[in-house]
Amino acid sequence: MATDITMPQLGESVTEGTITKWIKAPGDPIAKYEPLCEVATDKVNAEVPATMSGIMKDHIASEGETVAVGETICRIDEASTEGNEPTSAVQENKATPEVKTSKEGKEENKTSAGTSEADGDRSMKRRYSPAVLQLAEENNIDLEQVDGTGRGGRITRKDIQRVIQSGGMTSPKDLSTAETSVQAPSQAQAPGLELGDKEIPLSSVRKTIAQRMVQSKHEVPHAWMMVQADVSGLVKLRQKLKDDFKQQEGINLTYMPFFVKAVVDSLKEFPKVNAVWGGDKIILKRRINISVAVATEDALYVPVIKDADEKSILGIAKAVHNLAEKTRMGKLTMEDFSDGTFTVNNTGSFGSIASQPIINQPQAAIISMESIVKQPVIKDDMIAIRDLVNLCLSLDHRILDGLVAGRFLARVKERLEAYTPESAI
Amino acid sequence: MPVISYIDAVTQALQEEMQRDEKVFVLGEDVGVRGGVFRATDGLYKEFGAERVIDTPLTESAIAGVAIGASVYGMRPVAEMQFADFIMPAYNQIVSEAAKMRYRSNNTWYCPLVIRAPYGGGVHGALYHSQSVEKLFAGVPGLKIVMPSTPYDVKGLLKSAIRDEDPVLFLEHKRCYRLIKGEVPTEDYTVPIGEAEVKREGDDVTVISYGLTLHFALKAAEELEKEGISVHVLDLRTIIPLDKEAILEATVKTGKVLIVHEDNLTGGFGGEVSALISENAFFELDAPIRRLAGPDVPAMPYSPPLEKEFMLNPEKVKTAIRELAEF
Repeated sequence: MATDITMPQLGESVTEGTITKWIKAPGDPIAKYEPLCEVATDKVNAEVPATMSGIMKDHIASEGETVAVGETICRIDEASTEGNEPTSAVQENKATPEVKTSKEGKEENKTSAGTSEADGDRSMKRRYSPAVLQLAEENNIDLEQVDGTGRGGRITRKDIQRVIQSGGMTSPKDLSTAETSVQAPSQAQAPGLELGDKEIPLSSVRKTIAQRMVQSKHEVPHAWMMVQADVSGLVKLRQKLKDDFKQQEGINLTYMPFFVKAVVDSLKEFPKVNAVWGGDKIILKRRINISVAVATEDALYVPVIKDADEKSILGIAKAVHNLAEKTRMGKLTMEDFSDGTFTVNNTGSFGSIASQPIINQPQAAIISMESIVKQPVIKDDMIAIRDLVNLCLSLDHRILDGLVAGRFLARVKERLEAYTPESAI
Repeated sequence: MPVISYIDAVTQALQEEMQRDEKVFVLGEDVGVRGGVFRATDGLYKEFGAERVIDTPLTESAIAGVAIGASVYGMRPVAEMQFADFIMPAYNQIVSEAAKMRYRSNNTWYCPLVIRAPYGGGVHGALYHSQSVEKLFAGVPGLKIVMPSTPYDVKGLLKSAIRDEDPVLFLEHKRCYRLIKGEVPTEDYTVPIGEAEVKREGDDVTVISYGLTLHFALKAAEELEKEGISVHVLDLRTIIPLDKEAILEATVKTGKVLIVHEDNLTGGFGGEVSALISENAFFELDAPIRRLAGPDVPAMPYSPPLEKEFMLNPEKVKTAIRELAEF
């Protein structure tokens, strides 16, 4: 009896995966939990484990193909010990996609049980509660198409929430609109090719970046401000320490850990800046997890330094170094990307002196640290040569106003300016 | 943190407040030499003497009246009704004097007074030692009504009640006295009056309760988790003033609300909570609001099987939650 294996859910926001390599060829014996294939999703590369033992029957999806979560990728012939009840085996397998969290799995089970049970009594199918009506209207859900798991086939609020979570209606009509909205950026402005032009197909990472940037710019009212800090002390301090640091710790002492530390300490003072947008509320985050932008040749990643407020300059330096290494090796995991509460972007490393960063949703703000440039300035009524840096902040104006953001930025500046060649780190 | 019982939390709060402020004194039947019939004032007579731990005659109207008079004069009395059932003779004093003092004197006089009373059944107390009385006072503006469920809340709320400038009815469920234990810090702290607390997070059904039945709800929630039903439990802690925001928040969480109390259904406080929800959160509701409460019979029966029938328990709460979850 062949069982369909589907594309598992490999992260909260992941909707599809590209099969990069088949590990098991048709005819190969398979033990439970053995990897079947490698999959590249939006940001993570993962292996899909077997949910059962048996023999690989055939590949439904070929290498390089992109498959939506929940769609069949291959079929496995079950170990021939249990050959009876063929139909129920198929149904059961459909109801439990393999890598879902246990809770989701349970709900799925409940759903299927509920619908089959409801065949008898559907008297409550069209009795809609206020909550269900409101959610359906807000999310354009056609209640006729939703199966109810409540008593008498009633559609519960949870049924609607499940439909919303799984990306809206599953009717063909709605699927097509969902697709066009996702692909809009590429399709809308695709100009004709001329001789010699080269087409680069979008990688899944590129697609995600495109989608997230469009979404953030589209949904979040960005406001922007910039302050200039005199970091002459910090420059001298780093100059003094960097050789010893390299020798002792084996990594370069960059300005990044100082920037991150100044931001983290200031976030402690202004919890409103360490917040996320929650739709109908603002959620102040207790943990301070700093997303740092790490660029590679063809993509941008924002891995997270967890609990950055518990780390010293050295600790942050090491964390940044490790994340950058992992990024370069392509070894970042879902865990490395999750739970960021604020983003620090080191645009100065490209030589930029001002930038307007796009907010890393759903965070409240993002700061970019620009190039440190020597400039003549007036100090104590004399012309002096000082090391200046611009700090640029984009803020979600739904969450923050200029006042708090300005005060926050002023404290970051003060902290960076407080370093002297004698400071201890 | 040391683990202490619900009644020890009462005693500690009284003792610490009497040490902190010499204007605080207790009065009631057998609270002195005997240390209270439930031992709530145990040791206080020895520590603070007969002047501050006063044994009174069996006259609840006088206990309340004396306490009201003393409080108006600037003292901070904590009056004990031996059983909430016996508060009726003091009803006039509490409703017509204490609750109205500030209002009718245009803020000139007020009553910083606490009336403690053990209420509730489940201890074979029969008709006159088992009643719940909160609904008799809940509709009287000018009174605060505190009904904690855990030792932590008891101690913190009793301190707040004693420090409050207006009359507070502090109702202690007597079945909780030695049944419920919990961690209580040794250092001074208070729990603000008028704030409910989420005692458990969940997303299928919201249970709103207070006092002993709150523990039934928690027990039921724990067992139902194994069936895959996730229960959100809100402890009101104070019923007047009512934490309306917390109730609406807890409602939005699941859209299905069960209100549980031991006081009987008709006219019970659950009706007030239910009205509040349907007035303010109608479009969040996914099921009719349900109430689970004591039966509408005159009083707690003496017969043990009938008492068991009368009382709520985790099983009954579980059934009610399950019905809502399946709706």
